[in-house]
Amino acid sequence: MIKEYKTIEEVAGPLMLVRGVAGVKYDELGEIVLADGSRRRCRVLEVNGNDVLVQLFESSAGINLSTDKVRFLGHGATLGVSEEMLGRVFSGMGVPIDGGPEIIPDKLLDIGGTPINPAARKYPSEFIQTGISTIDGLNTLVRGQKLPIFSASGLPHAALAAQIARQARVRGSDENFAVVFAAIGITFEEADFFIEDFAKTGALDHTVLFINLASDAAIERISTPRMALTAAEYLAFEKDMHVLVILTDITNYAEALREVSSARKEVPGRRGYPGYLYTDLASMYERAGRKAGSEGSITMIPILTMPEDDKTHPIPDLTGYITEGQIILSRELYRKGVLPPVDVLPSLSRLKDKGIGAGKTREDHAGTMNQLFSCYARGKEAKELMVVLGEAALTPIDRIYAKFADEFERRYVSQKSDENRTIEQTLDLGWELLKLFPRSELKRISPELLDRYLPESRS
Amino acid sequence: MTEGSIIKVSGPLVVAGGMREANLFDVVRIGEAGLIGEIIEMHGDKASIQVYEETAGLGFGDRVVSTGEPLSVELGPGLLTNIFDGIQRPLEAIFGKYGSNITRGISEPALNREKLWHFVPCVKRGDAVVSGDIVGIVEETELVLHKIMVPAGVSGTIEEIAEGDFTVEQTVCRIASESGPRALSLMSKWPVRRARAYAKKLAPEEPMITGQRVIDSMFPIAKGGTACVPGPFGSGKTVVQHQLAKWSNVDLVVYIGCGERGNEMTDVLREFPELRDPHTGHSIMKRTVLIANTSDMPVAAREASIYTGITIAEYFRDMGYSVAVIADSSSRWAEALREMSGRLEEMPGEEGYPAYLTSRLAQFYERAGRVICLGTDKREGTLSAIGAVSPQGGDLSEPVTQATLRIVKVFWGLEAGLAYRRHFPAIHWLNSYSLYKDRLEPWFREHVGRGFSEAVAEAMRLLQEESELDEIVKLVGADALSPRERLTLEAARSVREDFLQQNAFDPYDSYTPLDKQYRLLCLILSYYAKSLAAVEKGADVQALADMKVRERIGRAKSASDDTYRSDFEAIEKELDDEIETILQA
Repeated sequence: MIKEYKTIEEVAGPLMLVRGVAGVKYDELGEIVLADGSRRRCRVLEVNGNDVLVQLFESSAGINLSTDKVRFLGHGATLGVSEEMLGRVFSGMGVPIDGGPEIIPDKLLDIGGTPINPAARKYPSEFIQTGISTIDGLNTLVRGQKLPIFSASGLPHAALAAQIARQARVRGSDENFAVVFAAIGITFEEADFFIEDFAKTGALDHTVLFINLASDAAIERISTPRMALTAAEYLAFEKDMHVLVILTDITNYAEALREVSSARKEVPGRRGYPGYLYTDLASMYERAGRKAGSEGSITMIPILTMPEDDKTHPIPDLTGYITEGQIILSRELYRKGVLPPVDVLPSLSRLKDKGIGAGKTREDHAGTMNQLFSCYARGKEAKELMVVLGEAALTPIDRIYAKFADEFERRYVSQKSDENRTIEQTLDLGWELLKLFPRSELKRISPELLDRYLPESRS
Repeated sequence: MTEGSIIKVSGPLVVAGGMREANLFDVVRIGEAGLIGEIIEMHGDKASIQVYEETAGLGFGDRVVSTGEPLSVELGPGLLTNIFDGIQRPLEAIFGKYGSNITRGISEPALNREKLWHFVPCVKRGDAVVSGDIVGIVEETELVLHKIMVPAGVSGTIEEIAEGDFTVEQTVCRIASESGPRALSLMSKWPVRRARAYAKKLAPEEPMITGQRVIDSMFPIAKGGTACVPGPFGSGKTVVQHQLAKWSNVDLVVYIGCGERGNEMTDVLREFPELRDPHTGHSIMKRTVLIANTSDMPVAAREASIYTGITIAEYFRDMGYSVAVIADSSSRWAEALREMSGRLEEMPGEEGYPAYLTSRLAQFYERAGRVICLGTDKREGTLSAIGAVSPQGGDLSEPVTQATLRIVKVFWGLEAGLAYRRHFPAIHWLNSYSLYKDRLEPWFREHVGRGFSEAVAEAMRLLQEESELDEIVKLVGADALSPRERLTLEAARSVREDFLQQNAFDPYDSYTPLDKQYRLLCLILSYYAKSLAAVEKGADVQALADMKVRERIGRAKSASDDTYRSDFEAIEKELDDEIETILQA
């Protein structure tokens, strides 16, 4: 028996206080029935005696305290999942919005998920070839990794994410592959760009889309990524598919969270974001991975825009502490026309070491990667020095480093949005660039590999 | 047993009424699922409870039962090689029984109740024993003999004791104590928030050797000391912590993954069993206890995980072992504290952290130290504590870093800039410090070499001078430097690249024995000294900088532990020859 209450006492922002309820549980889902019969979702945030504080998922416009009713559904927020979801488009709350039929659920799953037992995780180590040199060669992505893209307003992160979604493959395998895409408060145009791109490449049939646009209720954004991840978990761990999850834009998500937190008058942490932002983000990001007993995997690419291009802003900062690396886009490179403008030095993939090397990519991968990194770092320093003092002030070796930095950006970082480089092409390109240096500078590469790949350096 | 009911649920905080009889810090069971919680505040008959599991589904009126006991850990054979969550639930066993995800209300004893352990007594009937005395031994792993001790506050004579196979709950020994007969089993319990007793605390005097050059040579930590590793994300905190857990010359390591990535714990679980301890040749997992409370696990249990870990470490210290506790990361623990504080509606201190942040951190680190344990044999045990700190935005002025720095004696400051250049470990040589250096100097002099401290000081001087010269180069260019200064820059670069940089993934570079560290440093300094002498005689600086032998010096760190002495001597010889050739020309 579901009881209805007409005791809405207060509505303020996304929060609503209902008095005199019985048997309502923390985190339970509720529905507000408006006078015109329409329904809006809400969730219990706090139980205090017979009163409950609920958080609305939709706009509070039109709610009438004296006539409207609330009913609690006896369970938390759930999503009905089935394989039929592939190729469909859902709202941020998991309702089909593509005009197609309702999904007949195979299962009803709690969207909050449960923590994965660390003892049950399988360590991600399968190399994914994205065809993008800066990722494959230097910040290698592996199956089950969570690797965010830190972007900023006006930078082409969407193009990069779409290229990854299009080209990402595990070599020599032809397994079940799916994309789950969650648009969190992005513009119609940006969402449309992704949908178009998926459609063009025929990927739409194995894609599930959850769309919350900038015009939709902000508060819905708290559920959207969890809906998407619940669908992804079902496909990956129960249907053994390899799922790539793209979440964009996490900044909008964090802002929705801040809105609820400030409405609750909670003590804020940095920049007004709640103190539990880290824990909250972790409860999403940590759902990526691989588990024992299942062949599938969830690889996650969250995208966020750094406010003021500031990497120390709480959203990128806390994300970086949870995810297994980050791909950072640089405005400076973008202005120079280097596309995709991946800022190589601060970018990182923490899981690369287990996914590269003989048998996975190639024996020379680790050595050349480290060498390229340190040469580029020194090259950039040399270029800075050149700006201050002029080229003549550089030592001959520093001049080579400066030249290398330019060539590296022009040939290695730059690539066309439809250019799909194999890992061998990427590695060979690295050697090609390292030829600029005398052998004594290549300390990060073992002499055996230098002999094999740069035989002419042996003198 | 007190029974009350829920009044309020707000995230991980539950307020229950009717709890007047319960004690503060008692463990309670909540609701039908029997979720585990701990009372952290009492107001009249209302108890504020932090719940160690997800509270979704709890409501007004649900039952709350106090167990009458504080949050405790089970101590006994079966701890080693195991992985526990923040409140010591065994994760491997839970995986086997409940599947790959951790659902709510799981209850599983920390130590396996069925497994038999072979117990060998070391006392006999009629012997007098006091608190801390060892009554017998269980070989828990090849590396660790688990010593069964007389509990604190008990003394008397042994009435009954026998060799045999026992489960952790069976009685292995009976003692006629002053307060009546006492039965000892292999397992005991201890409340996590209370430090275990010892006879006397001593100042540390021996270094903990980690095989990491920048740590052992430049900023050493003592056995029984405290250290922190702050750094922004991507600067390699976790790799440093893993290296310490792998290579430190301690008897046992308790590794606490506190609010960090799940895959990192998985990595430890998969990798450690395959790694050999350089001192004993056995798998290092056999001396390791893992506590994993990953970031997606409930936040209150994260708060408890640090205490669970250090209590287990103290227990092994009491057996007379040297133990290292490695906590990654104390910032996540502080955030858990902040979250609970916020829910309790306490007045916040800096950045929303509670005002008692510093004192709690100090209490934790103060549980480290070198002690004389309880017991008549006056054995010595050490407990070293190393905490990672994850400052927001890499800003070291934030409260957790500042509070930690006031307590710990060693600071290994990681820098993003070094990490971008792939200089690992990214411990910055100018910012970091170790307050144990003077205290440990006699040890190094005796065990490594007379000139060790001088060599390290010389290297530090080069690095310091380099940073000053770099300023000049940035302003007026390298041409303005004197030959001597240019040589200093070259030598400092060599110290940075050929000594401080260390590749954790290279088989020989990952762990460097102290003697090799010393000789490698001497080799680099010898390049400096000999080149300097050559410059005085009129040699060309550029030629000295471009010497072929420098590539060999650069690769010297990867020399194998068996051959490095002869390798280094050969390099030294080549160095002499090449300088001679330059002087001839």
